[in-house]
Amino acid sequence: MKNGYKVVSIIILLYTLLAGFLMDVPRLNIVNETIRSLYFHVPMWFGMIALFGVSLYYSISYLRKPSFETDVKAFEFVHVGMLFNILGMVTGMIWANYTWGSPWHWDPKQNGAAISFLVYVAYFVLRSSIENNDQKARISAVYNIFAFAAMIPLIFIIPRMTSSMHPGNGGNPGFNTYDLDSRMRLVFYPAILGWILLGIWIASLRIRISLLNEKQAALEDE
Amino acid sequence: MCSILMALLFSLPAMAQSQEVEMADTMRSNGKIYVVVAIVLVIFLGMIGYLILTDRKISRIEKKLSEKK
Repeated sequence: MKNGYKVVSIIILLYTLLAGFLMDVPRLNIVNETIRSLYFHVPMWFGMIALFGVSLYYSISYLRKPSFETDVKAFEFVHVGMLFNILGMVTGMIWANYTWGSPWHWDPKQNGAAISFLVYVAYFVLRSSIENNDQKARISAVYNIFAFAAMIPLIFIIPRMTSSMHPGNGGNPGFNTYDLDSRMRLVFYPAILGWILLGIWIASLRIRISLLNEKQAALEDE
Repeated sequence: MCSILMALLFSLPAMAQSQEVEMADTMRSNGKIYVVVAIVLVIFLGMIGYLILTDRKISRIEKKLSEKK
């Protein structure tokens, strides 16, 4: 039963890959067939938020009750979240190249995503610059809370308050207002869940490796 | 009768426009879109298979290490 979510993730993602390419989509000018990127680009960001959110939970629980395990979990969930962040940005740039005209537009949404990427890069820099393990875990847990609190307004609030070309921001309707019809929802919502579960799976593998490393080091000390 | 005609007249440009938007219709009618889908599926299943193998490898090491204790 422990592996149930992995099976669910594989089945959902297989479905979204098939349906994402083969099912009908609304016919829109400029975006044309690229509307299908919605099924793959947007779930990266939902996945990132979910993974960073889980990491935030473990960072808070570390500060309440310090343990090696919660620190490892907080770190590895940020690590996999960064993978989703990078994939989301690169796919966004490819999409922008064909619909906006160039990959990087200095659009508020892109800037916010880039700044929050750097905010999280600083988390890794901070961790690797502290030698004492308890201090490293505590300080990075505190930083992680601030990083999450900075990321939300950078990606989700500021682009909505200024003019942005990204759908769903700055007076631009999201795809859901007119275009994301019920056919697309049937693929889009499962895709979000599928990619989040896949991210959790990869993070769980990394956590188990870190815990094994620690266990082995403890055995060697004896 | 008149209103039906009017409705038809006004809906015609909308229909025409929706057909003007270029989509991958040729590829779909040729059935070639399935080539792309097949390639994506092979890559995805390959990645997932690799992930499952890694998962099992970690499980084996976990078992070995807990027996050592």
